[in-house]
Amino acid sequence: MNDPIITIEGLNKTYEGGFQALSRVDLTIQRGEIFALLGPNGAGKTTLISVVCGLVNPTLGHVVVDGYDSVSHYRQARERIGLVPQELTNEAFETVWNTVSFSRGLFGKSPNPAHIEKVLKSLALWDKRNNRLMTLSGGMKRRVLIAKALSHEPRILFLDEPTAGVDVELRRDMWNVVRGLRDNGVTIILTTHYIEEAEEMADRIGVINRGEIVLVEEKAALMNKLGSKQLTLQLHTPLTVLPAALEQDELSLAADGYELVYTYDGRQEEEGRGISALLTQLEKAGIGFKDLHTRQSSLEDIFVDLVKERP
Amino acid sequence: MNLYPVRAIYMAEMARTRRTLLQSIVSPVISTSLYFVVFGAAIGSRISEIDGVSYGAFIVPGLIMLMLLTQSVSNASFGIFFPKFSGSIYEILSAPISYLEIVVGYVGAAASKSILLGLIILLTSNFFVPLEIAHPIWMLTFLVLTAVTFSLLGFIIGIWADGFDKLQLVPLLVITPLTFLGGSFYSIDMLPPFWQTVTLANPVVYLVSGFRWSFYGISDVSLAASVAMILLFLTASLATIAWIFRTGYRLKP
Repeated sequence: MNDPIITIEGLNKTYEGGFQALSRVDLTIQRGEIFALLGPNGAGKTTLISVVCGLVNPTLGHVVVDGYDSVSHYRQARERIGLVPQELTNEAFETVWNTVSFSRGLFGKSPNPAHIEKVLKSLALWDKRNNRLMTLSGGMKRRVLIAKALSHEPRILFLDEPTAGVDVELRRDMWNVVRGLRDNGVTIILTTHYIEEAEEMADRIGVINRGEIVLVEEKAALMNKLGSKQLTLQLHTPLTVLPAALEQDELSLAADGYELVYTYDGRQEEEGRGISALLTQLEKAGIGFKDLHTRQSSLEDIFVDLVKERP
Repeated sequence: MNLYPVRAIYMAEMARTRRTLLQSIVSPVISTSLYFVVFGAAIGSRISEIDGVSYGAFIVPGLIMLMLLTQSVSNASFGIFFPKFSGSIYEILSAPISYLEIVVGYVGAAASKSILLGLIILLTSNFFVPLEIAHPIWMLTFLVLTAVTFSLLGFIIGIWADGFDKLQLVPLLVITPLTFLGGSFYSIDMLPPFWQTVTLANPVVYLVSGFRWSFYGISDVSLAASVAMILLFLTASLATIAWIFRTGYRLKP
């Protein structure tokens, strides 16, 4: 699959006052994928989105959206993009219907009440269509922002921290909408610092830290790396060296020989080794243990490592 | 130019006017009527005619100008300040629209509102003083040009302001004093010579004078000077707005 819909090249952003929010960012988003941009607070996620959507002027570099430069051909570039911002911002006194219709007009599309109705229904906002925005709950306001972004039938949807402060039900609804959009060929870029969200939704994952893209990887590939598990056995008597019979790459001693750590993934089991084989071997070697526990390393661990590595 | 976005902004702003009818239309009309009652009817009967026009009628153009200037500025400034304040401006800035379209939408709505207000005040004044309009086309021209120009100024102030206090600063501390001292309530001939000269530095004098000329054919300064002044204002406002959007001043970091 190589059909980029967004190409970001050499993007730098230094804010007035000298803060460098983005530093030489190169990133390609493929048509029709769900791309999750992960990073801690202040990593540059929102700045990156803002540059693509035209809210922030880049210091250097450029962005091409579906073949159109985001600055010189901003009309063509922006009409393809829907943006759901992180902050719940809206015109408090407008009704849901009016504000969503307004967004459609603002993006240069002819009125289409049927489409607005469809969007509102898919987000469970139809009953609230005549309510003023200020009477809505936080979760409903979030839905309105999504409806506004979808009102003009974008080909690319940016969701900036879509699930911050959102309850389980809305989260589920939202992911249903997102999947529906993806099935219709809409490209989705979401930022989050919830890793489960990325795990659940994304096709590819990018990690950004201190304004730099640290890693971009297919989720499946990333999950393989993360799929590794650890079995820790607490031994009765400490070992100084591993018995020769047990010598293998996956096994190591820890805690002054009181612990035996076995790192494994699906492979060992297939090769006829794995945990049960190990336990049999241990019994044969006469190594007793008083307790054991397993731990699955998560995306979170890798993420924290990636983000920590850089001083 | 794509008309859908312009219409969307224009209609949203006009809807805001309808929601705030009391503040945006009723209240200025009532306060202007009070001026008519006090200055026109109560005090005006004791003031002699100016250039053959009764004092009550003489102040009508100046009062309309006063409302036109302050309301244009505050309407237009609030119209763009509020989305900036609430954060919903992200949508305007990320939309596939040109700066021109944004300005036409916002300033067009603010100016429409001011023109409507000016006409309502004109009609209201008819209840208090006998009105005559010598040059109706010129009257409308001045009305429209002033409304547009000062709505542009309001738009600039709305972008510049970073708090509600600054939003009120210019209408209250600049526009209102300049209008009061700009010959709204008197002919500048009535001032001592020194102050007549000083007054000529007040741009509002030219607006009031030209507007009054369109009613009664009398003016403090020449018609050409009035027209030149308003066009100068218009050009300066447009140039400032062009600069704002080119640099992203207070809109795009």
